[in-house]
Amino acid sequence: MHELGVTESIAAICLKHAQRNNARRIIKVNVKLGELAGIVDHYVSFYWDMVTRDTIAQGAELNFIKVPVVAYCKECEERFAVEEFDLTCPRCGRAETELVSGREFMVESIEIE
Amino acid sequence: MDVEVLEGIFDANEKIARENASLLLAHGVLAVNLMASPGAGKTSLIAGTLERLEGRLRAGVIEGDIASSVDAEKIKAYGVPVVQINTGGACHLDAVMIRQALDHLDLVSLDLLIIENVGNLVCPAEFKLGESMRAMILSVAEGHDKPLKYPLMFSESDVLVVNKTDLIGLGDFDMEELRGTVKRMNPDMVIFEVSCRTGDGLDAWVDWLAEKAVEYGGRAGKA
Repeated sequence: MHELGVTESIAAICLKHAQRNNARRIIKVNVKLGELAGIVDHYVSFYWDMVTRDTIAQGAELNFIKVPVVAYCKECEERFAVEEFDLTCPRCGRAETELVSGREFMVESIEIE
Repeated sequence: MDVEVLEGIFDANEKIARENASLLLAHGVLAVNLMASPGAGKTSLIAGTLERLEGRLRAGVIEGDIASSVDAEKIKAYGVPVVQINTGGACHLDAVMIRQALDHLDLVSLDLLIIENVGNLVCPAEFKLGESMRAMILSVAEGHDKPLKYPLMFSESDVLVVNKTDLIGLGDFDMEELRGTVKRMNPDMVIFEVSCRTGDGLDAWVDWLAEKAVEYGGRAGKA
């Protein structure tokens, strides 16, 4: 829905850091993306070429590092992979759980020359 | 050369959201970000809430809509300050829009601020506004399967108001199944069952909200 704005933010972050490091060109961008972040990487990639046209990021590879949804049970201290958004602890069956990962959405690093 | 960046893509929005939150907290204003699909009953819930809060808490409303001021006009009839935001096409409100809207409100004279987000079960959940609490509405007409289809909204909200309960029985909506799914996805979610049309259940929701506003620094009974 708002992947265009999101893609513009990614480009702005990359260009800022590239400039700080006197880059001539950005070759690759690594984006950490949680499975629960609600962002469709396919659409971000689609906008990426458009957003970076005529910048030093043009042609840069956009690499998504998917982060699985993991929760932690406060009762029995079990860490478990969340499937179908079910936060119930598979060990003790309680729901006193909290999300450990899955909401990430950040530019982790860029490769420049 | 590899350059470590570690910058969140929503960081710019979140920074402003934190500023909004501090500003609201400094004035003891409980801000509720109200989200739902179009037609779920956001404006009706706000109207029913304002009606019951009269004389108890001083409320203000920010109305977010893609276009028009239809909802703002309705809410103005309740005699509370209303600021209209037209997003001009954007599918959600963001922290900057709230920052600008706050300039048009006298926060000193408010205990509660209800922010009606754009009607959409997807995008609004992704943008922090600086709200104290996130509330969402699901209407019976939409069906009990929505938590699994729009998981972020359900896992990010603190409160679920199930509206249009007067329609239960006319379709195959299953309240127990909805409660079970929500409990597995978001164990801490508080659920209210209401009908904005008949007024059923609204008192419980309003009492709870008023209590939260007082906990937050609002001044109950001093309207």
